Amino acid sequence: MDTTAIIVTVIGLALAGFVLWYFFFSARQTANAVSSSSGVQEVAITVKGGYSPDVIEVERGKPVQLSFYRDEENSCSEELLMPDFSIRRDLPAFKTTLVELLPKQAGTFTFTCGMGMLRGSLVVK
Amino acid sequence: MEPATKTETLDIEGMTCASCASAVEKSLSRTPGVQRAMVNFATEKATVDYLPTEASPATLKEAVINAGYGVMERAPDTSAAERSAEIDRQKAVAYAKLKRRFWVAVGLALLIMPLSMLMLWPAMMARINMQWLNYALLLLTLPVLLYSGREFYVSAWNGFKHRAANMDTLIAVGTGAAFLYSLAATVVPDFFTSRGLMPEVYYDTTATIIALILLGKVLELRAKTQTSAAMRSLIGLQAKTARVVRTDGAEVDVPIEQVQLGDLVVVRPGEKVATDGLITEGSSALDEAMLTGESLPVQKQAGDPVFGATLNKTGSFRFRVTKVGADTMLSQIVKLVEDAQGSRAPIQRLADKVSAIFVPTVVVIAILTFVLWFDLAPAGTRLPLALVNFVAVLIIACPCALGLATPTAIMVSTGKGAEHGVLIRNAEALEKAYQVNTVLLDKTGTITRGEPAVTDFWTLPGPTGAAQEAGQLLQVVAAVERQSEHPLAEAVVRHAEAQGATSLSATGFRAVEGKGAAATVSGQAVLIGNRRLLADESVSLPPDLIAQAEQLLSQAKTVLYIAVAGQAVGLVGVADTVRDTSAAAIKKLQALGIEVVMMTGDNAETAAQVAGQVGITRYFAEVLPADKAGKVKELQAEGRTVAMVGDGINDAPALAQADIGLAIGSGTDVAMEAAGITLMRSDLNGVVTAIELSRQTIRTIKQNLFFAFIYNTLGIPVAAGLLYPFFGILLSPMLAAGAMALSSVSVLTNSLRLRSFDNH
Repeated sequence: MDTTAIIVTVIGLALAGFVLWYFFFSARQTANAVSSSSGVQEVAITVKGGYSPDVIEVERGKPVQLSFYRDEENSCSEELLMPDFSIRRDLPAFKTTLVELLPKQAGTFTFTCGMGMLRGSLVVK
Repeated sequence: MEPATKTETLDIEGMTCASCASAVEKSLSRTPGVQRAMVNFATEKATVDYLPTEASPATLKEAVINAGYGVMERAPDTSAAERSAEIDRQKAVAYAKLKRRFWVAVGLALLIMPLSMLMLWPAMMARINMQWLNYALLLLTLPVLLYSGREFYVSAWNGFKHRAANMDTLIAVGTGAAFLYSLAATVVPDFFTSRGLMPEVYYDTTATIIALILLGKVLELRAKTQTSAAMRSLIGLQAKTARVVRTDGAEVDVPIEQVQLGDLVVVRPGEKVATDGLITEGSSALDEAMLTGESLPVQKQAGDPVFGATLNKTGSFRFRVTKVGADTMLSQIVKLVEDAQGSRAPIQRLADKVSAIFVPTVVVIAILTFVLWFDLAPAGTRLPLALVNFVAVLIIACPCALGLATPTAIMVSTGKGAEHGVLIRNAEALEKAYQVNTVLLDKTGTITRGEPAVTDFWTLPGPTGAAQEAGQLLQVVAAVERQSEHPLAEAVVRHAEAQGATSLSATGFRAVEGKGAAATVSGQAVLIGNRRLLADESVSLPPDLIAQAEQLLSQAKTVLYIAVAGQAVGLVGVADTVRDTSAAAIKKLQALGIEVVMMTGDNAETAAQVAGQVGITRYFAEVLPADKAGKVKELQAEGRTVAMVGDGINDAPALAQADIGLAIGSGTDVAMEAAGITLMRSDLNGVVTAIELSRQTIRTIKQNLFFAFIYNTLGIPVAAGLLYPFFGILLSPMLAAGAMALSSVSVLTNSLRLRSFDNH
């Protein structure tokens, strides 16, 4: 193995390690729901190559209103899935789509795009 | 001049009782400029007439908040039809754009490919300046990258910022790497030659990959719109207008959104029923196939319910609106199908887990592939080999096939089910129905019609009398019963009409509560009712007649006694009858390898008779309503996966206890809640449809998942060059792109095969 090969190997392994850490283990953006006067927990989420925020904390037993604003035309994010709440919604581009649900159980519920690539989670406490 | 008033409707939040409504109403009424405020507690709406000069929606809202309640902001357009129209419009625009990007990529790739192959002809190469050719290729590739492929890079970058990786990430990294390498070889070829490397370019690879991936996307988008076609046609069934009768008798066409509860609506032959209601006058045959899957028109008259979106065939009628908007049958069906399409199938769990880690994992594999090739290949070719295999791994991996495998099949099949009048609550119900090996039928209302019908009409042989001939007696009896409203009487009249009996007129009709009826027909006093009625009127029963009655009673039939002019002359046997379709449907279920078991509250003898009639060998007789769920448990204890088919409220616990509950008939709400599957058509064919559909769907899903897993687990190692040491086989990134484009389309096409599902 020559020097170049060693350099390539070291950089490659470091890059692989970075990819694993970055996508799987780094800290996520968390948001708490804001309760409106009527007791509805409201969260605004922007959809653009992912969900921001992508971890949403809400309280159990109170209605939740998520407003998804899809800030792109990319087809990856055109569908929103929340299988635990039987929700499949088309998100029109550059529009806000309201999703209402009532979390009855505590736990972490994933929401994803139509193909499960973009992910976020609803943490019910 | 009096200023014009405006009307505003507010959605009020937080009202818990009727007195809340009056508090809101009071607060609104006191607001300056408000002329009239009406708050409906049930609909949670306030209707306010106000002077726009003095009040505004904002001040009205303030008044509601001051009273301690909230105003819900209305989403601008919430109706399913409008929402889907907007989404369809956007999708059409996106599709047109995508096609344009695809054609640009194809056009340029067709130029780039032959130019790149010039080097295959050394004679030609000698005459061309290599560097100039590379610059020409670069110029041709740039638009492919920046116009056709732009979305991949933007999406990959946006995803990266969110720590999310998707298919675009793979394409962007793969084509980006090939392009940047080529760019370097074009701009600084000396850097390569000084290290003993050929300054090779991969513009053809870059352009072809983008063109092929876009081809895959075009095909995918086209196929995907078809997965929700059934849903779209369901939403499209909604009528746009209704012809409402105003209080002054005028008929006005109004938009469907303005139709209110209690409105009277006129429907003429050939028109669509606007919304749900009860017929007040007129009668007609209605085609309800779109809601129930029942192909024969249904006869309806005053008092019968009609449903929005059904088609009026023959007569005209008027109906009183009982449900509007989201409460109508059609809306509920749409909602149910929508929910089912959003649910997750347990079978998908593994695919979901794999999808979640798929892309970053593939990126890591691609990096490792690069490193290994670089370390192990001969020094002269290691960089291009490492690069080509790195790109091939990224491009061949297809997370889409995995992601599409289950949901597309579920979408097509739930839509297809709705077309056949089979409403599937969620993907899990579909999976359970697939596993069923035993179907338990509640006799009444499923195998049988659940309503009485005349089974026997028996006349006493003997002294001839004016009415003693069976046909004539039937006419006489029907004349009396026609005036009665009792369900048994209706059964007798239906029977008489089916026999073509001419109608006679009866006078002096008198209903005897709990016993029967009496009237005079053709001058003779006629009695029809139970034994006590005849005993009360001191009519004696001949032994022949008693014997016949006992025989009918032993068959669990209800017996009506007939007396004419004080003489007992005949009997009518009434019972719940087996549906015409039951025997055939049960046979089909048995042919599917399913054991069909019946349960009934009737005695063993009657149960045996019905079971024999429809070809059922195992049955439970004399089951009390409370024990129904217990019987389901009993079958489950035998290790069976049980589907329970029932109709009414009594069946709800049994439906819930079963592995999968099927509620038959237009169903009570309770049964629909407990049932995984609701059959809109009231016969057992729906059960066959549900089970066949579930089997085909799960089979399709399994094929899809198998294909998606196999494709990726074989494709990625081959692309990484695993076969090279043994067979010298390397996968060109362009071939990888072709395979990837076809893989997701194959999965989609396989799911779309479910559209041809037909259970006949």
